[in-house]
Amino acid sequence: MSAPARDRRTAESAAAGTPSDVQHRRPRQLWGRPELYTSYAQSTRMLNTRPKLFGVLALIALAVYLPFGVEDQYLHIGALAFAAAVGAIGLNLVTGFAGQVSLGHAFFLAVGAYTAAALSGDPDGRTLGFGITFMPVWLLAAGLVAGVIGIIVAPIATRLRGLYLAIVTLGLVFLGEHIFKEWQDLTGGPGVGRAGPVPDLFGNRLNESGDVLTADQKLYLTMLVLLIIFAIFAKNLVRSKVGRAFSAVRDRDIAAEIIGVSLTRYKVIAFGVSSFYAGCAGAMVYTVVGFFDPTSFTLVLSINYVAMVLIGGAGTISGSIMGAIFITALPRLTQELPTVVPFISTDPTASVNTLNAAVVLYGLLIIVFLIFEPRGLFGIWLRIRNYFKAWPFSY
Amino acid sequence: MTEPISTFLQAIAGGLGQGAVYALLALGFVIIYKSMRVVSFAQPALMLAGAVLVTYLVEPLSGLGRTGAFFVSLLIAVVGVAVIGLGVERAVIRPMIGKPVFVIAIITLGIDIVVRVVLSGFIGVDVRQVGDPWGLDQVSLAGVLVQERHLVMFATTAVVVAVLFAFFKYSRLGLAMRAASFDQETALAQGVSVGTVFALSWAMAGGLAAIAGTFVATGAGVDDNLWIIGLKALPAIILGGLDSLGGAVVGGLVVGLVESLVATYQADLAPWLGQNFAVVSPYVVMLLILLVRPYGLFGTREVERV
Repeated sequence: MSAPARDRRTAESAAAGTPSDVQHRRPRQLWGRPELYTSYAQSTRMLNTRPKLFGVLALIALAVYLPFGVEDQYLHIGALAFAAAVGAIGLNLVTGFAGQVSLGHAFFLAVGAYTAAALSGDPDGRTLGFGITFMPVWLLAAGLVAGVIGIIVAPIATRLRGLYLAIVTLGLVFLGEHIFKEWQDLTGGPGVGRAGPVPDLFGNRLNESGDVLTADQKLYLTMLVLLIIFAIFAKNLVRSKVGRAFSAVRDRDIAAEIIGVSLTRYKVIAFGVSSFYAGCAGAMVYTVVGFFDPTSFTLVLSINYVAMVLIGGAGTISGSIMGAIFITALPRLTQELPTVVPFISTDPTASVNTLNAAVVLYGLLIIVFLIFEPRGLFGIWLRIRNYFKAWPFSY
Repeated sequence: MTEPISTFLQAIAGGLGQGAVYALLALGFVIIYKSMRVVSFAQPALMLAGAVLVTYLVEPLSGLGRTGAFFVSLLIAVVGVAVIGLGVERAVIRPMIGKPVFVIAIITLGIDIVVRVVLSGFIGVDVRQVGDPWGLDQVSLAGVLVQERHLVMFATTAVVVAVLFAFFKYSRLGLAMRAASFDQETALAQGVSVGTVFALSWAMAGGLAAIAGTFVATGAGVDDNLWIIGLKALPAIILGGLDSLGGAVVGGLVVGLVESLVATYQADLAPWLGQNFAVVSPYVVMLLILLVRPYGLFGTREVERV
C-alpha cells in the first residue's frame, strides 16, 4: 500500500464523514512535502512542518551539547547572549510587532536588575538586600515590577506617536539614570556599584562551580532553559489574538481602531509584556555579569538592544535571538580582528585600536543592515531557505 | 540690588546663554525634520566634529589674535561640518528616502556612533581647548554677574536666528525649502529640487551644530563626553514642536532657563530630588508639556489618513 493512496483514502473518508476510518488512520506527513498539512492540529502547531521541528530540536541539542565541548569563556558569552535575547524578544514585541518605538529599554532592564539584586542580596551587606535567593521568585518579581512600571508608563506613551514616543522613552532612560544614581542604598552609587542577583535553585548555587558542572556551564544551561521558556511564551503570544492585534496597530492603527482593535488596550499590553521581559532579562544578564553600577543603564544600552532587534529582524522572535547572539558576540569577534586586518593595533592608546574598531564596526553594521537587508539576519535566513526550497530552480 | 534678585537674574542670564546654544542645536534638528520628517540623531556627532575642527584650526591661525583666530576657525569649521553633513546625506540618507522614518532615525544613530568614535581618535586622551578669548570671565551688567561667553553665545544665536528667518522668508531657496516641507509632491511638481532641499537642510544643520558645539566647548574644553550635551536639544525640540523653527528657539531657551533655575534653587527648595536634578529637569518639563499638548507647544497636529 503506497503512502499517497493511504492518505487519499484518509482524506476521502474524512470528507465522507465516516468516523471509523478517521479514528484508525493517523494523518501522516509526507516526506518531501513539508507544507502539506494533513490535519488541523498540525497546521496550528508552533513547529508545524517536520523540517521546522527537526531543525529546532537539532539547534537545541547543539546548544545543550556546547557546554561539554567548548571552553568556559565562550560559555560566558553564550550565557550573556541568551539573557540578552530575552530582552531583545521583549523589545521586538513592542517595537517590531506593535510598532511602538521604545528607546527606554535600558530603564526597564535597570528596574528588573535592581529588583532582583535587592531581593536576593545579602541582608547584612552594604546595599539593600532581602536574602531571597530562590531564583524563580526574584526572576518573576523583577519581571512583574518592571511590567507594572511599564503599564504605568504606557498611557502616556499611547498618546504619542512615532518619534515623539521615541524621545519620550529616551527621557525615561535619563530619569531612571538619575534615580538610580541618587538611590545609593539600592545601587551603591555610580562607580561603586553592587553585586548582581544571586541565583539559587533548591540549594544549588547556579553561579558557583559544583561537582559536575563549572559555574559557566551551569549559568549557560540555566539561561538556555529560561530563553526557551520565554521564547515559547512570546511565540505563542505573537500567534494569538493579541499578536494579531499588535500587527494591526503597527500597520494601520486608525484602521485597526475602526475595526474594533482597542488601541490603548493593546499598546498597554505591548508595553507591559515588553517591560516584563526586559525586567527578567535585566535580572538574568546581571546574574551572569555578577557586578553592576548605575552607569551601565544609559542610552547606549538601549541602542544596543534596538540594534539587536533591527539587525536580527524586527517582527520575528527567532530574529531577536539571532540578533542578540550576534551583537553579544561582536566585541569578542573584533578581538580577533588584529590578526586578520594588520593596521588595527591592540594598544588602547593608538587611534585605531580594537575598541574603536569594535564600535565603528557596530555602527557600520547597523547602517549596512538597515540599508541592504532591512529584514535583518532573519531576512538572510529566509533568503537561504527560499533558495534551497526552490533548488535547483531559481524561483 | 538685593542678593536674591541678583541670584535670580544671574540664573536667568546663565540660562539664556546656555539656552541659546540648545536653540542652535534644536534648530538643526528641526530643519532636518522639516525637510525629511526624520529626527537626525547624528547632530551630537556633528556638534563634536565642529568643536574638534576648531581645536585643530585655532593654533595655526593664532597670528590673527585670539578673537580673530577663534571666529575665523569657527567659520571654517562651520563650512567643514556643513560639507560633512552634505556627504553623510548624499552617501547614506539619500538611498533611504521612502523607507520608514524610524529606520532612517536608527541609521542616523549608527552614523552618530561611527563619527563619534572616529572623532575620539582625533581628540586623543587629553582635553583639547577651543582657544576662545573669554574663558570663564564674568562681566557685571547692572549689578548682575554674567559670564562673557554667555553674552557672546546669546548674541551669536540672535544673529544666526535673524539670518535664518530672513533666509526662509525672503530668499528663493528658503521659499523652496518651506514649500518642500509643506508638501513635497506639490513642490516637486512646481519645479522645486527636493534633493537640493535635503542636501541644504543637512548642510545647514551641520553648520548650526558646529557653532553650537564650539560654544559648548568654550567652558570645559572638548572631550569624549561633549556629545551628551547634544541630547539636551531633544527635549527642546519636543517642547517646541518638531516642525516649528520658532518652537525650536523657544524650546532651547526654555530648556536652558529650566536647567539654570533648577540648578540654582533645587538644592534649597527640594533637596529630596537628589543632586544634579538639573540634568533631568528638561525631560520632566518635556513630559509635562506633552501630557497637555502631545505635539509640543507650536507643533502642528499630524493629520493621519487611514
